[in-house]
Amino acid sequence: MRLRRSVAKWLVVLGVLHGIVVCAGFFAPYDPAEQDRKSPYLPPMRVHVVDEEGHFHARPFVYAFRLRQGTFDQYEEDAARSYPLRFFVRGARYRLLGILPSRLHLFGAEDLRIYLLGTDAYGRDQLSRLVFGGQVSLLAGLLGAGITLSLGLCIGAVAGYYGGWRDDVLMRVAELFLALPWLYLLFAVRAFLPLTVRPLAAFFLIVAVIGEVGWARPARLVRAVVLSAKERDFVRAARGFGAKDVYLLRWHILPETGSVLLTQAAILVPQYVLAEMTLSFLGLGVPEPVPSWGNLLSSLQQYSVLVSYWWMYLPTLAMVPFFLGYLGLASSLQERGPAYKIERRSLGSLT
Amino acid sequence: MMRYFLRRLGHAFLLIFGVSILAFLFTTLAPGNYFDEMRLNPQIAPETVAALRAQYQLDRPLVVRYASWVNSLIHGEMGFSFAYNSPVAPLLLVRARNTLLLTVTATVLAWGIALPAGVWSAERVGRLPDRLISWGTAALLVIPDLALALGLLVLAVRTGWFPTGGMASVDFEDFSLLHKLRDLALHLALPILALVLSALPLLVRHVRAAVAEVLGAPFMLAAQGHGIPRRTLLYRYALPAAANPLISLFGFSIGALLSGSLLIEVVMSWPGLGPFLLEAILSRDLYVVIGGVLFSTVFLVTGNFLADMLLYWADPRIRTKSGAR
Repeated sequence: MRLRRSVAKWLVVLGVLHGIVVCAGFFAPYDPAEQDRKSPYLPPMRVHVVDEEGHFHARPFVYAFRLRQGTFDQYEEDAARSYPLRFFVRGARYRLLGILPSRLHLFGAEDLRIYLLGTDAYGRDQLSRLVFGGQVSLLAGLLGAGITLSLGLCIGAVAGYYGGWRDDVLMRVAELFLALPWLYLLFAVRAFLPLTVRPLAAFFLIVAVIGEVGWARPARLVRAVVLSAKERDFVRAARGFGAKDVYLLRWHILPETGSVLLTQAAILVPQYVLAEMTLSFLGLGVPEPVPSWGNLLSSLQQYSVLVSYWWMYLPTLAMVPFFLGYLGLASSLQERGPAYKIERRSLGSLT
Repeated sequence: MMRYFLRRLGHAFLLIFGVSILAFLFTTLAPGNYFDEMRLNPQIAPETVAALRAQYQLDRPLVVRYASWVNSLIHGEMGFSFAYNSPVAPLLLVRARNTLLLTVTATVLAWGIALPAGVWSAERVGRLPDRLISWGTAALLVIPDLALALGLLVLAVRTGWFPTGGMASVDFEDFSLLHKLRDLALHLALPILALVLSALPLLVRHVRAAVAEVLGAPFMLAAQGHGIPRRTLLYRYALPAAANPLISLFGFSIGALLSGSLLIEVVMSWPGLGPFLLEAILSRDLYVVIGGVLFSTVFLVTGNFLADMLLYWADPRIRTKSGAR
């Protein structure tokens, strides 16, 4: 398939963003679960280039925080000593892509742990948790979308190609799933699954739940494409030559659904990342200590945190570029693409 | 008319029936139930737990449970809440009323803003106002609902402009009627704002696209040639012609708003179905979960039913089609 320019542009943007998350160990200065009990709720450190005396430094530096006298959670900068930022430093062990052992980090400082996005209640680095949390949330979104699209493809193909009672039954069930508000549906399915499970199991559980809930809309779209594709001349010709159903579907009909599926993927992935965030935020998703974008925010459910520690809110801003990337990709895919007409008619881009 | 109406109504009831069966099917897949925790407690005899299970028919086959649930539904109970030790329906009704208040107001407001904004933007495609609206909707689209709700909450807490949490002040009962309404409106403001802002961008975009498509049609040019004023042209000619996809969108938007309200109710502690359902899930309060899901379905199906009726009224093609059948 020939890539349009705007599509390629957004793919590059998304590629870079996902690259950062995939190489989380390198971009995050610390291990996401490592605690620094001496500095809970440390505000973000400011990166300086000009020191107290007004001298300019080419190498940016930070100051350490110390407790303000007479308080227990108020910090102030200690300008007595500056800690220059070092790049490509050796620090905590991690495995790049889960395989390559490494200790190299993008930045760090000597004798001081630096927290550019502050710390949480246990003194864990918010920046590291954000980057590593992206791995969990984005993977959940991608896997969930994969499940949904495969389900939708199979069901839509069967319904569209064979027609008859299969079509009737499958599309009635699809209507049933569409009739439920998806978050309620997600809740309902999640409600009947075990509550406390290990993080890995919880992850696959919610991926399965999220992925299974949304199949109806892609199935309807695929069905519409298959319906029109199976009457095309070359498909009839192939059938005339004795092509079997499976061969026809695999080589002649399903390739036609490619652009619809791609567009749906660009719409579904961010939606599912949000679903994961919502579940984890409410405590039904991936549990601590594994970071995910949802449970990164879950401490904000407490008013005291929401009011006193504004930097706990910062991670949400970091998520915006990802959603922007997917939105841009989806809308440039929809622009006069072959899938456009069908999408519009069945409101494929909704919710 | 009557036939179309009845067919749609039958369709709606079938859907609700289907969802209730689906919900019950999921319950059999569920490992564990409300009384499982009791089983771990050495103070409670296994016989007691078994008796409780028997009392609530949890040891019976699915079909029997479903039948007895339908029976209790007919008697207006919708099963029994283990946690509250009372029938489900009255518990749910109060919460459902609050959720309804929130979503209906939000739906009306969102559409009230989206229609003029979309038409306004469609009339000026490519010009500055249109681009501003496009940028605005894009910005709202990329901010996650959760972030939006939390952000508004932070704003409200910091500025003190709006009360946060709940739907009434502590001394609500002592207020005069007018004061009561004002108090309610103030408490509604924040969750409504979050809901409307999260629903708005999609609506505006669809309205804009639909109206822009109609504006290019030859009959619009002809109408313009007849010297019909611009406002009449836009709202009496273009908007009805673009109504068909928008009415389907209306049905869908109710579903989106219901889902949105679920999250926002929890974040802003609005006493609706959302927090209630979450609590029920965490305590495995089976029938409350089923009831909550069913209530949301009823809302959505009602919304879609309304959309169908509107479509019948707005689109003559459907009238002739259903008349011919």
